[in-house]
Amino acid sequence: MNRFEYVEARLHDDEIFVSRDRNVKIYDGDHKTEYEEGEVVLTTHRLFWGRPGEIARAATTLCLSLRHVISLSEETASSYFFGRKTRYILYLREPPPDKAPGPIDHSPHSHIKLSGKNGLTQEFGSALRQTIEARIWEVLVIPKPLSVASNSQNSHGGDNPAQLRLKMRTGIGGIERSIEAKAKETDDNIALAFQDLNVLMAMAKDMVAISKVISTKIREQKGEISDDETVRFKSYLLSLGIEDPVTRENFSSNSDYFRSLAQQICELLLDPIEEQGGMMSLADVYCRVNRARGLELLSAEDLLHACQQLNGPIKLRKFPSGAMVLQLESQDDELVAADTLEKVKMSKSLAVEELAKELGISLLLAKERLLAAERLGKVCRDESIEGLRFYPNLLLHRDS
Amino acid sequence: MMTEFEWPWEYTFPPFFTLQPHEETRNQQIKVWSDLFLRYLKYLNKFQVNINENTFPLFNNDAIKRRLSPETITVILEQLQRTGHAAPLDKRRIEWQVYSYTLEEYANMVYDWIQQTGQLNTICTLYEIASGENSEGTEFHGVDEAVLLNAFRTLENKGKCEVVQLDDSFGIKFF
Repeated sequence: MNRFEYVEARLHDDEIFVSRDRNVKIYDGDHKTEYEEGEVVLTTHRLFWGRPGEIARAATTLCLSLRHVISLSEETASSYFFGRKTRYILYLREPPPDKAPGPIDHSPHSHIKLSGKNGLTQEFGSALRQTIEARIWEVLVIPKPLSVASNSQNSHGGDNPAQLRLKMRTGIGGIERSIEAKAKETDDNIALAFQDLNVLMAMAKDMVAISKVISTKIREQKGEISDDETVRFKSYLLSLGIEDPVTRENFSSNSDYFRSLAQQICELLLDPIEEQGGMMSLADVYCRVNRARGLELLSAEDLLHACQQLNGPIKLRKFPSGAMVLQLESQDDELVAADTLEKVKMSKSLAVEELAKELGISLLLAKERLLAAERLGKVCRDESIEGLRFYPNLLLHRDS
Repeated sequence: MMTEFEWPWEYTFPPFFTLQPHEETRNQQIKVWSDLFLRYLKYLNKFQVNINENTFPLFNNDAIKRRLSPETITVILEQLQRTGHAAPLDKRRIEWQVYSYTLEEYANMVYDWIQQTGQLNTICTLYEIASGENSEGTEFHGVDEAVLLNAFRTLENKGKCEVVQLDDSFGIKFF
């Protein structure tokens, strides 16, 4: 309560009326005061309290500068007689030493309450909250008292950063300006990002060439460098680049296009397929080929057509389940089945996911392997509530 | 006292309970099952099974938590039917009659026994043949009367006997 000053109820130049309410009393902390049944007027900068009519006559009234307010909260009191009413609590800063005289000089409380017979209206409450949050006084109160000083500042030039900041935040216009500036900044950032992308696209071919050079270098050195995993990993990554992707535009007929494409796929995937144990699902093929091609992406359909044209060391194979894979021609079903049987024997029985994990291949391929081994009578299945497992085919070959 | 039934090793092999898609494996599997069916049912002197009887040890190995599905049981029973060791008792093929000898084999056994004991041209009751003192020690002693009756029907078709209804039982006259 000791933050209040006696002030004439007049608006400053840049102060704007915000809201008013009637029948308001002020509490100093939680204690009632003699200031009851008054009228409050909220401006952008201050809160006035006067007896009815005083504010209208511009008489001397109680005034609280809003810059003393730290925060606002509300409490709802319900009483049997008066119904529900809302009180507002304003938490205040320590009074400044140069404060003008007010109704109370000392108060142990650092908050006041505004209340009334029927509480304060919702409109006034929300106006109060918004005004306090807006903190317009921070912007304007400072240059106000010394108009001479502000003039001299202006004469020194308008690029004083403090003043610029003030300008930016002044009023609705200021808010609009700052929004505009932000939008422009975002725009610039996006443009810059796309500029980068354009540069990247222009450079793509060179980048692929560089990676090719590095990969051959690594390959040449492979004999000397130990089989370090990082080196292997790098060479693996770099081997993905295709220098000159086959594109449809360069071919007059589809069949020529697919034949060239098939050849390129074959060159690209021969090593990876061997590494993966001789088989690669078409989904993996699709990902790898397109990753290697970079920006000249292939459609799944074109890839399939090309794969159907394959007739070198790699062949397209369709399993009875419908799954399609690229498979090395040297890859023999008997061999795969025998290999799979070994794995199953070693663990007594295997589920699809267990084999996939052990061999580091996809679930689809693991399942096809097991099914292929089953078709050759090497393993047999156990279907139960625990899922599908495969066992060595003891039913046929118990002694083996 | 009955001795413990000796299960084949397959009975503890989980895939044995799943009908195998691989043809050769499946044939072998069904063969082992068929033998097991006949052996186990003979051991229990049981002649009738229900494919939904899922706690029956023949269909269900609790130790490894595996059981035959009704479909697989049907496949095995159909195989037994082809070799003359089983016949469905209802249209939905739920209840089955299963016998370790074929009906013809039973019929011949009984006929030989009748001949040897000089009972041709006299009427014997079904009970006498299946459970009577005289037939003790023969392979068909203790066989389900319904199974024997079916066996005599085949014999009747060949004109070697005649089945006559006696109140609530049957009498058979062999020629």
